[in-house]
Amino acid sequence: MSIRIAVAQCAPALGAVKRNLDMHMKWIARAKTAGARLVVFPELSLTGYYLKDLAADVACAADDPQLLPIAEASRELDISAGFVERSADAKLHIAQGHWSSGKLVHIHRKVYLPTYGIFDDGRYFGPGDRFDTYRWAGGTTGVAICEDLWHVSTPYLYAAAGATIVLAPSASPGRGVAEGGDLGTAESCRLMDRFYASYLTVYVVYVNRVGHEDGIAFWGGSEIVAPDGTVAARAPEFDEDLLIGEIDPELVARERARNPLLRDEREDIVLRNIAGRLGLPFDRRD
Amino acid sequence: MTSGLARTGVIRPDPKDPSPLRIDEVLVRKMLVLFIRDEIAKARLRRAVVGVSGGVDSAVTVALATEALGPANVLGLFTPYRTSSGESHDHALELSKKFGFALEEVPITEQVDAYFAGVKEKVDKVRVGNKMARERKSIEYDRSWPDGIVLGTSNKTELLLGYGTQFGDMACGINPVGDLYKTQLRELALSIGIPERIVRKPPTAELWEGQTDEGELGFTYADADLVLYHMVDRRLRPAELVEHGFDAQLVTRIRELVRRNHYKRVMPLIAKLSLRTIGHDFLYPRDWEAD
Repeated sequence: MSIRIAVAQCAPALGAVKRNLDMHMKWIARAKTAGARLVVFPELSLTGYYLKDLAADVACAADDPQLLPIAEASRELDISAGFVERSADAKLHIAQGHWSSGKLVHIHRKVYLPTYGIFDDGRYFGPGDRFDTYRWAGGTTGVAICEDLWHVSTPYLYAAAGATIVLAPSASPGRGVAEGGDLGTAESCRLMDRFYASYLTVYVVYVNRVGHEDGIAFWGGSEIVAPDGTVAARAPEFDEDLLIGEIDPELVARERARNPLLRDEREDIVLRNIAGRLGLPFDRRD
Repeated sequence: MTSGLARTGVIRPDPKDPSPLRIDEVLVRKMLVLFIRDEIAKARLRRAVVGVSGGVDSAVTVALATEALGPANVLGLFTPYRTSSGESHDHALELSKKFGFALEEVPITEQVDAYFAGVKEKVDKVRVGNKMARERKSIEYDRSWPDGIVLGTSNKTELLLGYGTQFGDMACGINPVGDLYKTQLRELALSIGIPERIVRKPPTAELWEGQTDEGELGFTYADADLVLYHMVDRRLRPAELVEHGFDAQLVTRIRELVRRNHYKRVMPLIAKLSLRTIGHDFLYPRDWEAD
């Protein structure tokens, strides 16, 4: 029995949380009308991405009353949305929450904060320190926020922990306009999505935003790639779009039967290898 | 768009191979039209003002603006000095007819000459040129009031070489063409229907008679663009470029122009005194709370 999900390829306003909340409500209503069980928003969808000093101004605790409308709306369908989380010890994180039946059921803090080139995440935010999976109606899921996905170990850890879905909310700036190819960033992302989906036999739900911030264009092109490597659904580039697609657990099962890479995966060897290199103790328990 | 598999092979620095400069014009056009539309809306403005000189840079800028905003929301300003050529005037007019935007002619001879008439010492032609560029820009800003933005027309080559007048032709609210080398801008120009005679004529700032960019710079845009591409975009060091066969003198000269004129590309320095200083550690995005 497949589950319908929606991707809100939207254009959040920079630092205008109230307006972005209203915008979320509209997309949530549209996703509900489309029969989706989950709607996924891009990275920092409630705040905008290139916040700079605004990061501290818009930050809030995960249980802050200003996020209540999202929690309330999740009684109708699950919602995955991005915000700046101020932790109990007052650190700022790029966070993606998953709300279901009126409650926040999972939060992922972006681990890999790009601080090079056009990125400055590490100046304004602290890193997350875990990749935890969680369960919802669609199956076991892991969240990789933008740069998290570029690190091969992230989807690997999720798949090894039993995830069948990797949600990848992003704020990816479009760049690379050389002749003879796709938009440079699009090419890299699509390669990643298909590779991870096929070789980890998971659904990769790539959720990118659109619109501009200070001259930088986010390119959209959100897509749902199935564990057989096929693109189940793809949104246009640069335009807003509500992308609808299906997550089919049967397809995961079929692909994993045909291609049991995960079953045969030797995490113990991986762990022993890394532990040995880092000089950490490792006991193999058979 | 072509398949991602189409691009194979390594981009090598080669003074005889200009192909790395080629762009996907369809994609670039789309991105720039969206940029103009979106960033003007974020500034809560609706019109664009473009100084149309008859040259290719302003031709591309004004054509993209008409596509983004509709011709009714674009004002072209042709601001001739007495040394400006009749050909420039014809080309500006031709663009206005082709793309449908209003073109106003505002001569600047009187005010520029009046100003220098009061100057006692001998005036270098560069000073007159700079004054003209700033005069033009002050008119563009005036005509942009109250609901327009001044679009920049400085391309990446000019910006990197510092071949422009600070607060003159370099001044603008937003610049759609500043990440395109001259060579790339010409390619884009042809693909969006800028007449070939405008694209192919020798670039000139027309600040004095007989001036051409390439004559004044002492090298061609084609050569400069390839050096800049490998130096800036691909991050090769000057010595590496020379090793790959680029002319050592050219590379050194270009590197020095880029360095020496960097001040033109950044905001003026503010003396740091307080605990929080504009530009140093008071860092808010320009599109702050903008829709």
